[in-house]
Formats: sequence, structure tokens, C-alpha cells
Amino acid sequence: MVKTLAMPPQYIPDSSPQGSPGGASQAVTLEVRHLKAGYGTTPVLRDVNIKFYDTKVTAIIGPSGCGKSTMIRCLNRMHEITPGASVEGEVLLEGKSILALDPVELRRHVGMVFQRPNPFPSMSIFDNVASGLVLNGARNRPLIAERVEDSLRKAALWDEVKDKLRQPGMSLSGGQQQRLCIARALAVEPRVLLMDEPCSALDPIATARIEELMLGLKNNLTIIIVTHNMQQAARVSDYTAFMLTGELVEFTQTQQIFTKPSDKRTEDYITGRFG
Amino acid sequence: MGGYSMRRKIVNRLMFALTALCALASLSTLFFVLGYISYRGLSSINWAFVTRLPKPIGETGGGIANSIVGSAKIVGLASLMGVPVGVLGGVYLSEYGHNKTGFCIRYAADVLTGIPSIVMGLFAYVLVVIPLKHFSALSGSVALAIIMVPVVLRNTEEFVQLVPHTIREAALALGVPQWKVVMRVVIPTASRGIVTGSLLAVTRIAGETAPLLFTSFGNPFWDNGWMNPMAALPHTIFTYAISPYEELHRQAWAAALILIAFVIAVNAGTRLLLRPSTGVSH
Ligand SMILES: Nc1ncnc2c1ncn2[C@@H]1O[C@H](COP(=O)(O)OP(=O)(O)OP(=O)(O)O)[C@@H](O)[C@H]1O
Ligand SMILES: [Mg+2]
Repeated sequence: MVKTLAMPPQYIPDSSPQGSPGGASQAVTLEVRHLKAGYGTTPVLRDVNIKFYDTKVTAIIGPSGCGKSTMIRCLNRMHEITPGASVEGEVLLEGKSILALDPVELRRHVGMVFQRPNPFPSMSIFDNVASGLVLNGARNRPLIAERVEDSLRKAALWDEVKDKLRQPGMSLSGGQQQRLCIARALAVEPRVLLMDEPCSALDPIATARIEELMLGLKNNLTIIIVTHNMQQAARVSDYTAFMLTGELVEFTQTQQIFTKPSDKRTEDYITGRFG
Repeated sequence: MGGYSMRRKIVNRLMFALTALCALASLSTLFFVLGYISYRGLSSINWAFVTRLPKPIGETGGGIANSIVGSAKIVGLASLMGVPVGVLGGVYLSEYGHNKTGFCIRYAADVLTGIPSIVMGLFAYVLVVIPLKHFSALSGSVALAIIMVPVVLRNTEEFVQLVPHTIREAALALGVPQWKVVMRVVIPTASRGIVTGSLLAVTRIAGETAPLLFTSFGNPFWDNGWMNPMAALPHTIFTYAISPYEELHRQAWAAALILIAFVIAVNAGTRLLLRPSTGVSH
């Protein structure tokens, strides 16, 4: 069972990333086309087009309420569980429309880390990390244990918890809990990791640890991080997307967006003139 | 000005005194009941009383072992029927009940909670006793289970509702199917609240007398299985208390003490269960 959680067939690298930053040929993991989304009759996203690249970190920045969370929740179809939510447009995961996938299946490939650490209160540290596997029917104990250790190591938490794996996940500090949630998301071996302001509830030291581990993780993942922290975007991301009132204003290499943004609104936001 | 302030102070004091008096009144009722029942019942409790069958009327001695065992059986079966239905129904209400159906069930449960228990006994009489043509422990359990269901249902709903939305989202985002999220993440998170509420519902039905009058009926001997009349503590207390014999009155007090001890023990156990505080509790 665990073995069948392996990756979907490799997508052929997009050789002409039309309008994409950088220009170099890179594998596109997720491609968003003409995405419109909203709640009830209120539109939030209006025609967003963006590509996310394999082994890269993409930061999404923008003022509060511009639709950053809404957008990344469209990527693993968590948006549609909100009552009254609407979506239009296409999202392709390695070339295949995510609408063709069962949402349950999709979410195993596109993991998510939330703003507030949310370990399962009824579970131990070990069980939290194993939950994605166990609740999907994995039985092979040694394999699960191996995967738990591996994920905790990737989340830079192993050394701190290896002697207390049976203690409740809630017994950890906030920063540790967030890394536990990252380990939990990694255990099902996703292709993409969505992170919605993963550090906003953490102190600078815990934040630094998570940024550090993201840099290590991106070697075999596509990471998309929503952040309000410009320095964080600059530190961890390869690409940055700037959103404003439901539109993608600018999407380019991080270095470029922070040094010479091409749109006046991006510049205003980055230099703190609004938002 | 001074008079006004004086008046305000007096009203303040009066209100304080009144509320304190009422609080004290309710507390002292408990202690008075406990004290008086202990005073009347304690002297009659001994090993024989809890292990022997009742003696024929006129002889002294004898016990209420059959009533204790009968109560345990009737209440146990009622809980086996009532708790799962109530818990799963409560989970339904919380997870899928944000619609008209949910509203109706909620409303029905609240009305059901307010229906006098003797009416539930009558209902079980019609439902079970009449078709089977005689009184039975089973019918008593059915009556008690019906009383239990709405209580457990609403309690469960409340505690499941308290499980933060973020926990469900986290599980869904891991690619866990909805029903498994509910069964393996949401319910365990709410489990202490659910267990507590269910235990309190058990103590509530353990003391019910009226629904047993024409269902399990009572029996001075060891019971003859679920399909036959069976003794139960509250019912035995009732029949002993209205009998003309001093000896039986004495035993009724002792039986009442045992029943109350059970209720207090479960309550205390529940508090202990609730104490270590991780996860959702209230
Ligand atoms: N569940 C909901 N129901 C109705 N409207 C919603 C809901 N969630 C978000 N919205 C609205 O959608 C818009 C975009 O919200 P979203 O959460 O995507 O913004 P955001 O960019 O993530 O903001 P923040 O930086 O504050 O997290 C907001 O105007 C918000 O009011
Ligand atoms: Mg947000």
C-alpha cells in the first residue's frame, strides 16, 4: 500500500515556458490556467495564470485578502470544501487536470501545511506523522516506522523527538508542532507542498529552522509558500508571485522582483507604500 | 446623593445575600439527602444484603443482590443500544446536519428529552411487552435506551462540534477520505467529552423507576433471562417503600444508598477522566 503512494508518471519538461520567468527549460509541476474562484457570488480570483516549477520554491505575496489562501487551496481542491465556494479554470498537475483526479487522491500528491500548527490532538508524535499512511490503509509496520523517521529527519525534528515518539503531538512547542505538521505532510511523499503562512505563529528562531529545512526539502519537491514577510520570500524562494485583489500582478525570479520589479504596484507593495 | 449611594449599597448586599442563600440551599439539599439516606440506610448495609436474595415477607434479613445485578444488566443493555445510536446520531448532526433534516432531528431530540419517562415506559410497553405478551428485562432496556438516545445525541454533537475546523482540514489535506476523518480523527479528538456525556446519561437512566413499572416489572428471584421480568434497584426501592413493612422500608433506604453511591462514583470517575487536559474537553 505504502509503495503505491509513489509518484504519478513524470511530466515531460515544459521546453517553452511561455511567459514564464527565467526562460530556462524546467519541469512544471503545477500549471494554473484561467483560474477564477470565489465564495458565493463574491469573486475572489479573477483569471490567474501561473506555473510552479519542480525543485523550486515559489513565494506568493500580496496584501491581506487578495486571495493568496484561496489560490493555494484551489491547488489541492481544499477550496471546494468551503460551503458556497466556486471554481472555474484549469489546474494541471504534471500535465493532468486535477479535476480528473479524485480529490482524496490529489491531496496525497499535493500536501499542505497550515498557518497554525494543527497536530491531531488524539495522537502521539509518531501517530501524527504516520497518520497519512495509516489512515490510507498502510499496514506494514517497519515500513511505516521507517517513513516516520525519514519524514521527521527531513523536517529537522527527529533529534528532538526520537526519545518521546509516544508522547502526544500537542506536548511539543509551537515551532516543533509546525515541523511535526511538515513531517506529517511529507510522510505521504507529496510532489507539491503548499504552505500557507507557515511561520506566522512562530518566533524568529523557529521561523529560521523552518526556512532552513525548506531549502533542503526543495531538492525533490515543488514548494509553494504564502508569506507576508518580504525577507522570508527573499530568503527562501526562487520565484515570487505578487497578487493584488485576485489578480496575479507579477511573477518572476525572486531576485528580480525585489531588485527591479517591472510593475509599479509591485514596487509600491515591496517598498511598503501600501498593503 | 448620599442616600442614593446608601440605597445602592443595601441593594448590593441584599442581592449578594439572596444569591448566596440560593446557592447554599441547592448545595445543602445534596448534603441533606446524602446525610439522611446514609443515616437511614448505612446500618442495613452488609455483605449479606448485597449478596443474598430477598427473604419472603415476614422474615427478616435477605438482600437485594438480584436487584443490583438486574439493574446492571438492564442499564448495561440499554447503554449498549442507546450509546452507539446517540453517538453516531450526534456525529451525523455535527458533520452533516447543517440542513433541514439536521434541524428536525435536533428539534425532535430536544422534545424527546423533555417527555416524561413514564411515557417512554408506556411506549416500550406497546412496542415490546404487548407483542411478546409478557413483561421482560428487554422491554425495560428498550425504554431506558429511548430515554438515553437524545441525551447522548445532543451531548455528542456538542463535543464533536468543538473539534476545531483546522483539525478536519489537516486530515482532509492529507488525502484521508471524509468518513475516515470523522471516525479516526474527529471522534477520537472529541472522545473524552463523548465518554463523559455517555456516562452521565448512564447514571441518569440507572435511577429511572417509572419506565420500568410496566416493562421489566420486577422480580423477587434471580432473573430468568432477558425475556422475563427482572428486578432493578430503583424499582425495588419503590416497591419496598410503598409496602407496609418496617423491615422493607429499612432495606429501601439501604438500596437507595447503594444507588446513590453508584451515581456519585460514576460522577467522580468522570471528573477524573476529564482532568488531564489534552485535546477537547469541557
Ligand atoms: N470562507 C469564506 N467565505 C467567504 N469569503 C471568504 C472566505 N474565505 C475568504 N473569503 C474572502 O475571500 C477573499 C480572499 O481571501 P483569502 O483568504 O484568499 O485572502 P489572503 O490573501 O489569504 O489573505 P491573508 O493574507 O489575510 O491570509 C477575502 O476578501 C475574504 O474575505
Ligand atoms: Mg491567507
